[in-house]
Amino acid sequence: MTQPTVIEAKNLDLTFETADGPVQALKDVSLAIGAGEFVSFIGPSGCGKTTFLRCIAALEQPTGGTLTVNGMSPEAARKARAYGYVFQAAGLYPWRTIAKNIRLPLEIMGFSREEQEKRVRDVLELVDLSGFGGKYPWQLSGGMQQRASIARALSFDADILLMDEPFGALDEIVRDHLNEELLKLWARTGKTIGFVTHSIPEAVYLSTRIVVMSPRPGRITDVIESTLPKERPLDIRDTPEFLEIAHRVRDGLRAGHAYD
Amino acid sequence: MILVIAALILWALMWTLNVRLANGDSAGSRTVQLLVPFIFGLTLLVMWELLVRGLRVPTVVLPAPSVIVERMSREGPTLWVDFQQTFLKGALGGYAIGVTAAFLTAILVDRFDFLRRGILPVGSFVAALPIVGTAPILVMWYGFDWHSKAAVVVLMVFFPMLVNIVAGLQDTSQMQRDLMKTYAASYWQGFLKLRLPAAMPFIFNGLKISSTLAMIGAIVAEFFGSPIVGMGFRISTSVGQLSLDMVWAEIVVAALAGSAFYGVVALIERRVTFWHPSQRR
Amino acid sequence: MPMTRTLLPVLTVVLAIVAFWYLAAIPMNIHFALTTAERAGEVVTPDDAATRRGMGGIALAVQNPGQWADTWAQDKPRLPAPHQVVAELWQTTVMQNVTSKRSLVYHGWVTLSATVVGFAIGTGLGILLAIGIVHFRAMDMSVMPWAIASQTIPILAIAPMIIVVLNSVGVQGLVPKAIISAYLSFFPVVVGMVKGLRSPDAMQFDLLKTYNASRSETFWKLRLPASAPYLFASLKVGIAASLVGAIVGELPTGAIRGLGARLLTGSYYGQTVQIWSALFATAILAAGLVAIVAGAERLTLKRMGLAR
Repeated sequence: MTQPTVIEAKNLDLTFETADGPVQALKDVSLAIGAGEFVSFIGPSGCGKTTFLRCIAALEQPTGGTLTVNGMSPEAARKARAYGYVFQAAGLYPWRTIAKNIRLPLEIMGFSREEQEKRVRDVLELVDLSGFGGKYPWQLSGGMQQRASIARALSFDADILLMDEPFGALDEIVRDHLNEELLKLWARTGKTIGFVTHSIPEAVYLSTRIVVMSPRPGRITDVIESTLPKERPLDIRDTPEFLEIAHRVRDGLRAGHAYD
Repeated sequence: MILVIAALILWALMWTLNVRLANGDSAGSRTVQLLVPFIFGLTLLVMWELLVRGLRVPTVVLPAPSVIVERMSREGPTLWVDFQQTFLKGALGGYAIGVTAAFLTAILVDRFDFLRRGILPVGSFVAALPIVGTAPILVMWYGFDWHSKAAVVVLMVFFPMLVNIVAGLQDTSQMQRDLMKTYAASYWQGFLKLRLPAAMPFIFNGLKISSTLAMIGAIVAEFFGSPIVGMGFRISTSVGQLSLDMVWAEIVVAALAGSAFYGVVALIERRVTFWHPSQRR
Repeated sequence: MPMTRTLLPVLTVVLAIVAFWYLAAIPMNIHFALTTAERAGEVVTPDDAATRRGMGGIALAVQNPGQWADTWAQDKPRLPAPHQVVAELWQTTVMQNVTSKRSLVYHGWVTLSATVVGFAIGTGLGILLAIGIVHFRAMDMSVMPWAIASQTIPILAIAPMIIVVLNSVGVQGLVPKAIISAYLSFFPVVVGMVKGLRSPDAMQFDLLKTYNASRSETFWKLRLPASAPYLFASLKVGIAASLVGAIVGELPTGAIRGLGARLLTGSYYGQTVQIWSALFATAILAAGLVAIVAGAERLTLKRMGLAR
């Protein structure tokens, strides 16, 4: 790996205590993510992909193994505001305008008024929502709300972006459009992105590396380095290379009994 | 007798008109929506007047609206003094104290989970009890003046407010709380930026309920003992003297005050919770 | 609500309240305790009655720890101690003949009967009006705004008048109180029932339209079952309101029967322990009534598969 390692997991374990007994959400997960990579996590429900992302974000505590983010513990990285997190739902505050919503993390992190306004302007332009800052969330479509949520996660310049099925609730046409936009954004900002999805085309289209996971217990079945070029128009999804990688992903899922 | 027949004809006319309006083409318009209940209420009022006169109902049983209005215009100063005592001092005073106390307690309860699990069931329980029954005790402690009435209002208002505020502060999704965690926000940042605004619909629900309870508490507490002024006092003494027109006069003032109080709170609610689905028609 | 998780905190809070109550009784009752002690020849600090009158309860309590026990055993305390209230409750319920005028059970029954009758009438009429409102637009537009507005009006203020007016035309005893109770439970039931009858979403109504169901069929098969949770929520509010109505209805004519009357006579004669025990009796009655409605709710909703 030529880039510095940003996220490193070694033999990570996470067992939940539930009413029906212990559930092993993560077993022996080892992975190193370098700066500027776009890593997708794909697998059926229960495979641990969201749990792993949440561990990186220090929203869950692993029960075994080690995990470092930017060389620190995930908790320290969280306190240092090292990452932006995008959830499945936009989760914008209905009592704030879009602009004020984007300012939420900036207010909490203590940026000055002028700095806040500048960043809001820049980031709205980045997600192509300029001019919508004064609107309220319910006045926007689902896709636009999700774009605002991404803008919010980008506003404080964290190097890492963690996204948990951000486009899952949107229809396919909007999804394609947002996939394109996300890639352009990634090219412009050079962030390290961790992306959870259960759409195979999405994972293959977006990533430099695809991590296939399977459940019971949650583990990594396959790690695929993408051979696709960095510049990717949507049409690339019909090329043989794309289909080959998708095929490999599907094999990995089958090996992990995703289709049983 | 003619008056009675007139009243019945009026009733029939009103219903025909309202049915026509309600099922007509412009039934959705704001004008019709206000007109129909207005016609209904006005008809009831006129029928009251006609029936009381026509059936020659004695004033000591049910006075006609015209008699009540006349009494009201005569007794303006008394009504105003009673209003000040009961509404401004008793009801509003107790409301302010009760709501503030509920707020402070709610913040404490919110911070400490153990307190919340203990106080919430007890609070919901007490909120269902007939708190007006504490009036005699509070009169004994705080005397006959408005302080004891305000104390009753504080008790009546505190528990429903507390239950509502705590419920509102808890009404955030796991996702929203996680988002705050990813910003490494402090407790107070999370409180002021997320939980308090999100709690506003619940808080205003409590404030509206409490406005009605405050009026009821202040008036009924006076039934248990009061200095020589106050709406409850005036009602119970006028009832004793069988001057029912004065009783009705006080009731009209109470009704106007009660609905105005509620209306003001509802207006403020509309401005503060403009974003809530229930406010966005 | 998992019982074990809430039991300990609730118990702690209740115990804390009782402990605080005992502590609060000391400064509340200390003035009288010191006066009696002085009369009995004991030493009190300060020994001048005039100075004592000007002092606060807490200051006096701190200076006279020997009198604390007495503050919990007075005849007419400003704040009765918990055990005094419990003793009085015991005396007036278990130790009395149920038909005696001194039995709280008797008084409770008087109030309860008016409450229940009024509640039944108010609920019955309320449901009927709600059904009318949901099915007839003219009724909906005419009456609903007034029903909602009436919830902002302090209706209880009318209680004394209703009692006296009905008494003067010869209607006494249970009926006037029941009328007040009925009125107080009527509006919450109307508003709640209307909400419930309208609660099914448009999709459900469309489905019945495709079956060509009549209005009556739609009512019995969809609207009525769907309204159950809303109805029970209103019933809980309604029964508590009915109880308050019956109690307040006992005040105006200086009634001598019923829990409200007990409260009133207690306050007239300065019998504080009697007031507190009557208050607790009403609290227990209110809790019991709401619990019965809640129990009925659980049973019904369970049978309908709507249990939480």
